[in-house]
Amino acid sequence: MTHALLFSVFVIASCGLVYELIAGALASYLLGDSVTQFSTIIGTYLFAMGIGSWLSGYLVRGLVARFIQIELAVGILGGFSAPALFLIFAWGGAFRPTLYGLVLIIGILVGLEIPLVMRILKQQFAFKDLVAQVLTFDYLGALAVSLLFPILLAPHLGLNRTSLLFGLLNALVAVWTLWLFRDQLPQQRWLRGQCLAAIVALTAGFIAADRITTLAEENLYADEIVLARSSPYQRIVLTRWKDDLRLFLNNNLQFSSRDEYRYHEALVHPGLSATPGARQVLVLGGGDGLAVREILRYDTVESITLVDLDPEMTRLFAEHPLLTPLNGNALNSLKVKMINADAFRWLEENSEVFDFIVVDFPDPTNYSLGKLYSTVFYRLLEKRLAAHGVIVVQTTSPLYARQSFWCIVRTLESVGLTVMPYHAYVPAFGEWGFALATRQPWRFPDRYPPGLRFLTPEITPTLFQFPPDMGPVDVEINRLNNQILVRYYENEWRQVTQ
Amino acid sequence: MNRRRFLFSLGAATAAAGGAYAWRRDATTLPPLPPGEILGASNTVGHRLRQMDFPEPTETLQVPIVIVGGGVAGLSAGWKLQKSGFTDFVILELESEVGGNARSGENAITAYPWGAHYLPFPTQESRAVRELLADFGVLQGDPCAAAPVYDERYINFAPQERLYAHGVWHDGLWPQVGVRQRDFDQYRRFLDLMDDFQRRRGSDGRKAFAIPIDFSARDPELLALDRLSMRDFLLQQGLDSEPLHWYVNYACRDDYGCRHHDTSAWMGIHYFASRDALARDADRDDVLTWPEGNGWLIKQLRQRLAGHLLPNAMAWRVSALDRAVRVDAYQTREKRSVRRLAQTVIWAAPLFQAPRICREMTADRAAAIGAFEYAPWLVANLSLRGFPLERRGAPLSWDNVLYDSDALGYVVATHQHRAAHQEQTVFTWYHALSDGAPDVERRRLLQTPWTTWAEKILGELSRPHPDIRQQATRLDLFRWGHAMVRPRVGFVWGEARQRLLQTQDRVLFAHSDLSGYSVFEEAHYRGILAAERALAAS
Repeated sequence: MTHALLFSVFVIASCGLVYELIAGALASYLLGDSVTQFSTIIGTYLFAMGIGSWLSGYLVRGLVARFIQIELAVGILGGFSAPALFLIFAWGGAFRPTLYGLVLIIGILVGLEIPLVMRILKQQFAFKDLVAQVLTFDYLGALAVSLLFPILLAPHLGLNRTSLLFGLLNALVAVWTLWLFRDQLPQQRWLRGQCLAAIVALTAGFIAADRITTLAEENLYADEIVLARSSPYQRIVLTRWKDDLRLFLNNNLQFSSRDEYRYHEALVHPGLSATPGARQVLVLGGGDGLAVREILRYDTVESITLVDLDPEMTRLFAEHPLLTPLNGNALNSLKVKMINADAFRWLEENSEVFDFIVVDFPDPTNYSLGKLYSTVFYRLLEKRLAAHGVIVVQTTSPLYARQSFWCIVRTLESVGLTVMPYHAYVPAFGEWGFALATRQPWRFPDRYPPGLRFLTPEITPTLFQFPPDMGPVDVEINRLNNQILVRYYENEWRQVTQ
Repeated sequence: MNRRRFLFSLGAATAAAGGAYAWRRDATTLPPLPPGEILGASNTVGHRLRQMDFPEPTETLQVPIVIVGGGVAGLSAGWKLQKSGFTDFVILELESEVGGNARSGENAITAYPWGAHYLPFPTQESRAVRELLADFGVLQGDPCAAAPVYDERYINFAPQERLYAHGVWHDGLWPQVGVRQRDFDQYRRFLDLMDDFQRRRGSDGRKAFAIPIDFSARDPELLALDRLSMRDFLLQQGLDSEPLHWYVNYACRDDYGCRHHDTSAWMGIHYFASRDALARDADRDDVLTWPEGNGWLIKQLRQRLAGHLLPNAMAWRVSALDRAVRVDAYQTREKRSVRRLAQTVIWAAPLFQAPRICREMTADRAAAIGAFEYAPWLVANLSLRGFPLERRGAPLSWDNVLYDSDALGYVVATHQHRAAHQEQTVFTWYHALSDGAPDVERRRLLQTPWTTWAEKILGELSRPHPDIRQQATRLDLFRWGHAMVRPRVGFVWGEARQRLLQTQDRVLFAHSDLSGYSVFEEAHYRGILAAERALAAS
């Protein structure tokens, strides 16, 4: 019996340390700054153990039964600590209070364990042996788990499973203790019931650990996910809330079906209406077909070449019954020539010339995308533009990313184009920017195709006026050898999201 | 009792399942090594040279200028001859392909370098290099401009460099993590010192440190730095910061294949103080580069010199007659020797091969060549089916260096691709074997089997990229036994090199060896100089 209890000291010591490590690791993952997270959690935990030790003095009777219940409580709280924290974080709950609250309670309970075990064992040992034996196993358990955690548990089991597994171990210690003292304990039925409930709950949690993770992730999107695809290039997610469909690429919002007409009318019509008789049109990016839908309003347009990297994206928007109504089945128009290729490479390898070019790439969030906003790219683009032609570029938000916006404008200018920046309000995005680039002077169009909901010739000139908070700023030109735009963009959006 | 047993078995089963799961995940063994092979300078032909068992020539040709060696120096000499309207010359190359240290390879993913992989913006003194770049369309406009315009497609893209230290990648190659204020102070002081050297003129009015090296001042006070090691120079200046020494040592190993213990301080300073070239719309430390490295320049030269190149041709006897030079070359494809009678021979092969082949070489010149030491290098090209996992910190850059490594890190061959999206890539990994004496290291290079190198390379790269081995599809190695001449203490401005610079006969030496260190600009300069002399003689 003494050996059994000493072994359980080993187990509970390792369990105690695991919860502390899990809390520290989780906080570092989710909040960053691991030094702060670990030191505050260790501090709280040790302090709580002190409280536990002090409280143990007030437990006088029924030590074994209390010990069993404490084990079960530690098992449940510790075991579910990781999944609970994950879920609270994902659901936007009060993460920090929960974290430190949990650490405090688990710490108090763990602080109660060892004093109780020593008092249970005090009949078997002399005091000096008691302290020596119990503390030896206590520290051994801590050593074992501190080695196992980073090498085996965290990388292979994951935090959720590790925490639930050790919760089970605590519960098993309770069961074992119950069995060891089966002859001395009153009210065993009640304790057995508690043990069973704890073990069933923890086992179920262990089995469902994966589901919990998914549950947490799902909640990072606010609405119901109606479609999720992973292509080699990106993660495509479509969500719906009532009549609002939203497309996310790698978690970045691309459009909301409620107001995308504002974005796409603003993107296409000022340029295309001012290019009378445009026949050949090129769309780079924009695999959703929404820009193509707007271009198809012009009968003069004979062919639209759509170059999008991701075949999964163009396939979805050409075939999916939820999506084809959005773009009016534009991608199945006979005028559309769909090409799945890298835009930069495609431009280098082809020599066709276009009257109107739409550049609708994702924002320059990384160095790969940054290449598509560089002088070299725009120079290449300029070579594919007919003498009287117009280029339009989506240029991120002039309000939230003012430097980025003007950097794109100046970069277009640096390759010898005349650039007219403008902006439009798109509720899902906020104030959004575009730039027209031409070789010749450009005039505001005096008419648009029928059926537009946002643009009129009257309001068009106002889009080209910039209030002071979006006005020009001094910026460098974005070149492949500095990729300054990616840095501007990163800084500016970091400030917005903080 | 039953319930108790039930509880136990439930708990035990769960624990066992958890344990088994963890064990199974852990027990996934390392994947096997990817396929690959060792390439490298033809050992068998080199061996044959030691034996000198070549058949006597069966044919004699008259060729006014014969260039021996198709590396950068030889090709540059040919380019210069052709530009001057002289077309009656041939370039003999021992290997199956020209290019020397700037050779490159190509697979379905990308072209990649086998050696030199970049060219700094050429200084005003490197006029011929600027003209070459203008000829290839890399330099646009006036080649003599203070800050010429270069085609942006060939300037290395951002992000350029990062360093992996203490588990984090950070921008640039200066160690930043675990570095104290006094280290930063020493960085600053070192850079200020190098700036002073860059601005400094010698007592003869020339730049203290120039490229080509020939244009440098002969100020005795400056040349005295050659008799000191770079490490001792730092210590004399009171610079003892460990990360600073790491950085300077890295620079010496990377450019000279030589530790800063061994590198001449003059040469070590030259690395930091000579590159003062400007370029419009680019930073001073930007460089010109291509997926295949300087192999791109070789391709342009090869195209222009197509009719003049004779690969697989080994000159094994060069002897001066009264009015001509006789070059006997074994042509491995045809298994016979051909004799060429030339007015002038431009020796653009490494100098250490010359004494055996140039029969009339005087004893003191042969002895001078004996003083040249060569650093062995290993270059690996690692093809990857996808980009490997990254640790925290700076994103994948063009040049990626590991702090705790005796190798030099890797360059991403697809970095200069314009396509925004790339699925596969090739990492070119460099290792100058500089720890021991060159001949010991050379033996190690040649005797270490492919498997050992492959384990070393993948093991080292798995620290910053844990899944590198799963991503690897091929790993080829190139062994350079005599990759570059070592600018060791006392060598650069020592007697041996000076003696070989004074040539008057019909065999003109033209190789970067003559400059005491191996870079494109020097090889090009030596080639141009020899071509000009050959033209003057004919």
